[in-house]
Amino acid sequence: MQFGLSEEQVLLQDNVNRFLDDHVSLDAVRTYAEGGEDDAIWQGLTELGIPALLIDEEYGGIGLAPLDAAIVAESMGYHTAPGPFLTSAIMAPTVFAAAGGHSDKLAALAAGELRVGIAFAEGFGARNDAGINPAGAKLNGKSIFAFDQAADSYLVADQHKHIYLVAADGEGLSRKPLTTVDKTRRTVELTYSDTPATLISDDPEVFAQAMDIGRVMLAADTLGAAQNMIDQAVEYAKQREQFNRPIGSFQAVKHMCAEMAAQLEPCRAMVWFAAHALNELPDEARLTACHTKAHLAEVGKFVAKTSTEVHGGMGFTDLLGLHYWFKRCGANRQWLGAPELVREEAAVLQGLA
Amino acid sequence: MDLSFGPEYEVFRNEVREFLRTHEDQAPRNASMRSPEMLAWQKLLIEHGYTARTIPKEYGGFGGTPNIIQSRIIGEEFSEAKANAGLGGQGISMLVPTLLEMGTQEQKEQFIKPTIHGEMVWCQGYSEPGAGSDLASLTTSATLDGDEWVVNGQKIWTSTAQLADWIFCLVRTEPDAPKHKGISFLLFKMDTPGIEIRPLVDMTGAANFNEVFFTDVRVPKHQIVGERGEGWMVANAILGHERDSLGNPNITLTRLNALIELMKTETLNGERLIDNPVYRDRLMQLQGRVMAMRFNDLRVLSSRLNKGQDATLARMIVKLQGTELRHDLEGMAIDIMGEIGLSYEDNPYTRAGGSWQNQYMYYLGLIIGGGTSQIQKNIISERGLDMPREPKIEKNK
Repeated sequence: MQFGLSEEQVLLQDNVNRFLDDHVSLDAVRTYAEGGEDDAIWQGLTELGIPALLIDEEYGGIGLAPLDAAIVAESMGYHTAPGPFLTSAIMAPTVFAAAGGHSDKLAALAAGELRVGIAFAEGFGARNDAGINPAGAKLNGKSIFAFDQAADSYLVADQHKHIYLVAADGEGLSRKPLTTVDKTRRTVELTYSDTPATLISDDPEVFAQAMDIGRVMLAADTLGAAQNMIDQAVEYAKQREQFNRPIGSFQAVKHMCAEMAAQLEPCRAMVWFAAHALNELPDEARLTACHTKAHLAEVGKFVAKTSTEVHGGMGFTDLLGLHYWFKRCGANRQWLGAPELVREEAAVLQGLA
Repeated sequence: MDLSFGPEYEVFRNEVREFLRTHEDQAPRNASMRSPEMLAWQKLLIEHGYTARTIPKEYGGFGGTPNIIQSRIIGEEFSEAKANAGLGGQGISMLVPTLLEMGTQEQKEQFIKPTIHGEMVWCQGYSEPGAGSDLASLTTSATLDGDEWVVNGQKIWTSTAQLADWIFCLVRTEPDAPKHKGISFLLFKMDTPGIEIRPLVDMTGAANFNEVFFTDVRVPKHQIVGERGEGWMVANAILGHERDSLGNPNITLTRLNALIELMKTETLNGERLIDNPVYRDRLMQLQGRVMAMRFNDLRVLSSRLNKGQDATLARMIVKLQGTELRHDLEGMAIDIMGEIGLSYEDNPYTRAGGSWQNQYMYYLGLIIGGGTSQIQKNIISERGLDMPREPKIEKNK
């Protein structure tokens, strides 16, 4: 029995961390947040093989497992790294592989030559102002908060969890950036007007598999982001002095740090298990993915708030940049289903709702 | 990642199951700790290595080598079969390992065998009214008078004092030494003249604890474990030890499933509680927390099997998170039952024998006992996160 990371997985995470330490400093995050591009970061991650992680070797991928991807996601969150990891490295390959017959797409994704965005909200939580009407080989309607502002094409789900592929430069498609509080990743509005669309899957299971892994990766991203916020809070509390003492020697402050650690530490095992279950424990995978997404959302919210408070007034400023992690946790919480929505799915899966 | 224990352990698991199946009628139910059937069962369990597994044969144990997975499997199977898992108590869980580590040959021979066989029952005399979280400030004194220690003072929170034959007790023997260096670890009989026991009724209504008063209690000089002044070290000798069992994390899961069943049967305005979306969401939140702790437990277990896998923090948070989680879980059952949730004792509307209220309060006790949640947070922050300690306030200032 071995519940934990293998030597290879630790090595993988070390490699990714080394790259991100060098190339995704807080300054780099600021540059991106203020309108910069993520191409260079994504290019570097491509050289490390990140887009190829989950893709089978026969399509030029590396053929690793969701647990390997989860530890990369954790590092991305730790560094608040920009880039289309969730979409092009995780959800799009999952859709194409599960749907079958898309070796060209998988090969292009693995090589980092293709960025495929995701517009799935209609399939799990449609909001007013948006809606998809597929008819024939055309799409009409609108997706909001689609991932990846720089994608070459988008996988769009309708209310039946059917998935279509549209080209970003396709006829009748217009793309507008949508500003959110999280400026470390960008979302867009996609408007379709008789836009040519290819049906990729009409099997809700394909949609669900992509959602499962997407949710686990967002949870892993929050695990990393929250861990960084704890590290920063502990460090700050050791340095900052008031009343001639480091504030970290006051129980009021150290207990805040202990509570953060006590809540986040079990999340690490939870993310590992949920990622492992995706491939290895099909009976438990979906329920675990839902709970992991929701639980990390709650713990991430608590850590984001508490870490900011430990920093006092400085936590509230832009100077420290702590707010990038705060907002990262906040965005991960909302994306692909906010906690109440995902927990209701968990109840449905068990026949409790 | 490999979640299986391996085929050799499945063989072992089947052995345990077979034992439980064939001895089902011998397993005591609701038997008192001194009843003949309980003592016979304990003896049978030791012979098969299902309790006292790693205690050497020469001291009456099974003489097995420590094996965390086997211990875990035994725990799981006894729990699954709802079978009596043998005697517990502080003599078996605390004193025996302490004696194995720090006792003299004579002490091991005299005490271990009758203790694990349930013939000698112990209570633990550590906490005092003035020494709780700061245990090392204890003031119960023992002074040497010829060949005897003379003990004076008071202990509190003493479980099973009214049933115990003996007590293992921390006393101050060197009043002028620094507080951690002035303590000794004494063993003495509970029928020694000068001992008075007063039951302490707790909020559940039961007297699970006692106050124990010592007035000129005379204890033979040699009934000390370790040297005089070494008592603090003796008491802590087993703390850093890898216990051979981690307890059973599945109990919380069992309670969660009981809560789900409760929500399927209880109704509010003709609607099942599980069909109320607010209650259902609270249930799902708890299920997520239970899941996280189950996986955390797997990680801790794994770190004990695989060298180089660090789970220090994961282990440190278990008491804090586990007790708070159980308290919340039991409390939710009370909330959703409304007034019925208040039912207690002989009230005919009581559900599950009053266990929801009882466990709700009992776990508040566990949040406080054995190192309060606040002490846990000190430990997590100071030892787990390497944060600075609270500055010490000097005495007499």
